[in-house]
Formats: sequence, C-alpha cells, structure tokens
Amino acid sequence: MKTCLIVDDSKTIRSVARRMLEELQFTTVEAEDGKQALEVCTKNMPDVILLDWHMPVMNGIEFLRALRRSEGGGAPVVVFCTTENDIERIQEAIGAGANEFIMKPFDTGIIESKFAQVGLL
Amino acid sequence: MKPEDFELLSGILKERSGLALTKEKVYLVESRLLPIARQRGLDGLDGLMAALRSNSEEPLLKDITEAMTTNESFFFRDVRPFESFREVLLPALLKAREAKKHIRIWCAACSTGQEPYTLAMCLREEAQKLAGWRTDIVATDISDEVLEKAKAGVYSQFEVQRGLPIQLLVKYFKKVGDMWQIDPAIRGMVRYSQLNLMGDFSKLGAFDIVFCRNVLIYFDQNLKVEVLDRISHLMPSDGFLYLGGAETVIGLTTKFMPMKGQRGVYHLASETAH
Repeated sequence: MKTCLIVDDSKTIRSVARRMLEELQFTTVEAEDGKQALEVCTKNMPDVILLDWHMPVMNGIEFLRALRRSEGGGAPVVVFCTTENDIERIQEAIGAGANEFIMKPFDTGIIESKFAQVGLL
Repeated sequence: MKPEDFELLSGILKERSGLALTKEKVYLVESRLLPIARQRGLDGLDGLMAALRSNSEEPLLKDITEAMTTNESFFFRDVRPFESFREVLLPALLKAREAKKHIRIWCAACSTGQEPYTLAMCLREEAQKLAGWRTDIVATDISDEVLEKAKAGVYSQFEVQRGLPIQLLVKYFKKVGDMWQIDPAIRGMVRYSQLNLMGDFSKLGAFDIVFCRNVLIYFDQNLKVEVLDRISHLMPSDGFLYLGGAETVIGLTTKFMPMKGQRGVYHLASETAH
C-alpha cells in the first residue's frame, strides 16, 4: 500500500481527503502545516503528498521548496490541493516542483484522475 | 415508469438515434428528462409522457433524444488510448503517410469536445515531427446542444480537472471568469458537424483513425454491425479504429481485428482491406 501525507490546516478537508484516499487503497498520514509535514517527511518519506497552499506557520509553497531541497525530497509525488486557481499560481507551483494541481472543491473522481495521471493508480 | 411509457420512449429513441433503451437504463430517464419537463412547465415525467402522446412535436422529440444520448466526456478519457495514439499509431502513420503528409482523424461521437481537443493537443505536442504535415480532426455528434458547447471550447473548473494534466491546462487554456477557455489555435484544429450515425456518413471522406468510443454500447446488435461495416468503408487498409473500454468487435464482425498489445484499438482484417 502506498502512503499519502495529507497536509491541510482544515480538519474537515483532511478527513474528507482521508476517506477518499482510503477508498483508493492509500494509507494516510496527516499534518496541519508545512512545518509538521517536513517533520513527517524526515522520519518517513511518503509516496505522495496532497498539499494545501494557505496554512499557518509554513505554507504549501514554502514546504514544497524545502522538501525538494532536502535529502530524498525529490522522490514523493506532490499534488497541490488548494483554492488557488490562477494560472500564475499554478505555474509557480509547477516551478517549485509540484507534479499535479487540484483546484478546490474536489471529489473522488478528480483525485482519482489526477493520481492516475502521475502514475499512482 | 409505466410499461406503455417505456415502450413509447424506447421506440422514439430507437427510431431517431439508434439508442437501445433497456430496462437497466430506466434510472437514467428521470435524471435526464425531468429538466425538460420542468423547462416546459409539465408535471414531472408523467406530464412529459402525456405531452409526448398528445403532441409529439419536433422540438420536444429533439430535446428528449439529445438529453438521452448525451454522454459524459472528459479530457484524456481512459488515458491509455491517447498513449497508444502518441506512441504507436501516430509514429506508424508518420511513416506510412510520408509521401502525402496528410492524416485525417474522425471523432464519431465527440460530445462536448474533450476527445477531439485531447487529440488536437496531442498533435500540437508533436508539432516538430508534424512540421509540413496537414492534420484534419473531424468531430461529429448527434446533438446540436453538445456541439455548441464543443465549438465554444469553454469548460468548468470541474471539467478541466478530469483527466487533463495540469501542464496542458496551463499551456492550452486561459481562465475566463470561473471558466477555462481552450486556445483558439487548438480549437481551430477541429472541424465540427452534426451527424447521426444511423444515417449515411460516406460523404465525410476517408479517415486514417476513427475514434468511435462508448457509442456502440447504446446500439442493438444489428446497428452495431451496420455502423462498424460502414466505418470500415471509410478506412484505408492501414487505418485504425478505437472503441471504448467496454466495447469490442468480437462476435459482431470479422472486418476488424484487435491490434496486438493495444487494448481498444482495431485494424481492418486483411481480407476486408479497401
């Protein structure tokens, strides 16, 4: 089973995403912000990270840049999952090393489709 | 749904579009036809069926047929067919058509345009190899309503997230309000027209690749055989046919053979080649 780290400051979104990902046979871990997510990655690098943009302490783009600089941080597939939907923001995310980008609101179909595109399903 | 209403509706759909409305598909009737009843101020499905009996005027018949034949569509649907298109079929045609440098593709039931635009984007991504080539994508559908949407090339955030890689969204779409509009250059690569597969389509000309995915499943056995036969007449001996994941030619016709290692792709059997 592949592991997905869900990074979002909303407990509700984490719980919705967890349910969807478990349906798709992923094991999930959760973090409330980028700093917590980096700590999780240092201990156990996940296969994929579902990443919110706007979070307290450390936001998604800062986390992604730090992750990609870290040892082994190039490996996980990173899928942004955010309310951001401007082309410039999407390009910024891709430039920072995101593999895919989901614009909220989302459903299982979108998660499934995006995960299939990056070879996770 | 009352048995006599089912009979009336399935008869109309069969005659106008070839769609075989089976008992298992009855669940679709309510969700697809209730909006039409509401639009016309009729009292639910019963009201709609009563209107159909008393006055089966053309606009109503057309709306009902369109609502029942409109199918879900998304970019890069099923992923694999477009990989085989890029990696296997296109290279094969680039070799085979080297002399005339012209490839023609037909999307036989293009719905709201995601399939032909996916192909157009795939071709654009191969622009270097196709320099000096002419590529035609002809896209047809029975429904004028979906064709209007296809021609506009404007999709919701939800639609562009089903199947479309983010890199291609950024490259070939621009955001207009809450919607996403496809690049006019990609839109210009596709020629749309209204077409009922039950009618004659020989005037469309010959095609190197025909996409006829998730259409035959709605037809009865005889119509499947007939449509496949007529498609075979539009294809050169080295042409390819794509069917949907739940469709096959096996047991229907010997004119097409499955292509080895390429699920959903068929070529003409050698004795059929035109």
